[in-house]
Amino acid sequence: MSVIKVEEIGISFGGVKAVDHVSFCVNEGDVFSIIGPNGAGKTTLFNLVSGVYQPKFGKVFLEGADVTGLEPQVLARRGLSRTFQNLQVFFRMTARENVMVGRHLKEERGLLAHLLALPATARQNRESAASADVYLERVGLGAYADTPASAMPYGALKRLEIARALAAEPKVLLLDEPAAGCNAVETEEIEKLVRKIADEGTTVVLVEHDMKMVMRISDRVHVLEFGKTLAEGTAEEVRTHPKVIEAYLGTHGSKEAAVALG
Amino acid sequence: MRKLMSNRLVVPAFLALLVVALAFVMPSNFYFRVAALVWISALAVIGLNLLMGFAGQVSLGHAGFFGLGAYSVAILPAQFGLHPVIALIAGAAGCALLAFVVGRPILRLKGHYLAVATLGFGILVSMVISNEAWLTGGPDGMPVSRLTLFGWRARGADTWYWITGGLMVVGALLAVNLVASPTGRALRALHDSEVAARVVGVDVARYKLIVFVISAIYASVAGSALALVNGFITPDAAGFLHSIQLVTMVVLGGMGSILGSVVGAAVLVVLPQVLTVFHEYEHLMLGFMMMAFMILLRSGIVPSLSTLIAGRRA
Ligand SMILES: Nc1ncnc2c1ncn2[C@@H]1O[C@H](COP(=O)(O)OP(=O)(O)OP(=O)(O)O)[C@@H](O)[C@H]1O
Ligand SMILES: [Mg+2]
Repeated sequence: MSVIKVEEIGISFGGVKAVDHVSFCVNEGDVFSIIGPNGAGKTTLFNLVSGVYQPKFGKVFLEGADVTGLEPQVLARRGLSRTFQNLQVFFRMTARENVMVGRHLKEERGLLAHLLALPATARQNRESAASADVYLERVGLGAYADTPASAMPYGALKRLEIARALAAEPKVLLLDEPAAGCNAVETEEIEKLVRKIADEGTTVVLVEHDMKMVMRISDRVHVLEFGKTLAEGTAEEVRTHPKVIEAYLGTHGSKEAAVALG
Repeated sequence: MRKLMSNRLVVPAFLALLVVALAFVMPSNFYFRVAALVWISALAVIGLNLLMGFAGQVSLGHAGFFGLGAYSVAILPAQFGLHPVIALIAGAAGCALLAFVVGRPILRLKGHYLAVATLGFGILVSMVISNEAWLTGGPDGMPVSRLTLFGWRARGADTWYWITGGLMVVGALLAVNLVASPTGRALRALHDSEVAARVVGVDVARYKLIVFVISAIYASVAGSALALVNGFITPDAAGFLHSIQLVTMVVLGGMGSILGSVVGAAVLVVLPQVLTVFHEYEHLMLGFMMMAFMILLRSGIVPSLSTLIAGRRA
């Protein structure tokens, strides 16, 4: 069954069709990658799917239910979470507290109990802290638990966002360039982590420029260019697709892209 | 030691000790009175700090709620024979409701736009209070009947010192509890990134409204306390200048610091009293000192000093 289905979705900004009639389905437990040159509309597509932007047309289905136009916090409740290409970290909080916010939907939210610090609230705080530590360990940030996010290096913050999103126990996780700006070792760690997340049953939709990583871990790859779908298929199919090769060579002309695509 | 310092109860406990300890060194009634005014301002500033320092939402109209709380204990007992304590609670409930109604549309705004909208709200309240002279006495103000509890009349600066000090400590305790709770984390999170908070399920609009209502209740209770202490109230309590003063106390003491709220209130209440020795240069000195504070301790007195001290130790 497809966990997430996008139908003919689109939005434009002042005449620029940032995303234009894009459709795809993602199967449960898959790693589904969206690739394309800079400005192709990948992040905008994530914003449409996660409710940050309202689509001008088209529909989004989550586990078969129409969730088009629902707000991000409502989608989160239904099991969709994400990370951001440009870091969206709670910089005034520690790493642990960042991930504790990810537990928000699992927490007791009685305001009076919070004001009075009733035993239930203290217990809740301990529980959230304990599970935050588990998620920090999972992304390899256990040592940073008490560090203010503002004092953490960039690569760690990327993983902190993943831990925070995982803490919400999503069914679908959207990762927008998790390895951007990371060194080779960090990139490899993130690749392993993404694989593990998918193996444990969470569906992953991935936007990533590191083609080697994309080609290795994706069950399917969807290629965007100028907001439109260029191709979709398995990594192998996409890599050898003439239009894809042309798009990457044409717009970038970089050797790297050619090599990566094969 | 580290564990002790990180306990959230350290600050309210310290404030409680401070209230008790200061009572022993106060040389005269005048000092008790000034201290009571500090505790009252501190209460309002703690509430405003929850909104500004923790949730990152500015309000330039909080004196509006302060004034409504003050006039509640003036008007309700006089017009309807309500007990002042009931009037205080009714005022707080009314302010909570008003904050809820006004907050819904206003809190969608951000930054400067939110500042101007809350400013407008504050001005509106103070205009109504000034204009409805039949009820409020207009610009001249109105008297407030004395508080009587179980046949015992609350009077004298030292009595009010204890009552307002107690209110302030309770306010600080509730505030630190809130900050350390799931609600507090949601508030601090939306301050740094609304979109990141939303994608993990935080209903940002709802949490902004919650903290706006809570801060309005703090302001209202502080206003009621001031009216009862002074036995008289004027529209200045609800005025624009008072709103600015409250915001200044938050920023000066330290955004996101409960202890800072009290320090900010203390500085701005006590400093003008001290500076009267400079006679006609009083306001000039006050202005210079505030600028100096902000330049030297740019994240507010308490946060700046604690980083300074932490840096020394390390
Ligand atoms: N909020 C916005 N307002 C106006 N234009 C926008 C907005 N968001 C995106 N765009 C435009 O939409 C297009 C797609 O941008 P988007 O960020 O989705 O690309 P991308 O594929 O994520 O690129 P990159 O690989 O650089 O991250 C660009 O032309 C961009 O300028
Ligand atoms: Mg992008």
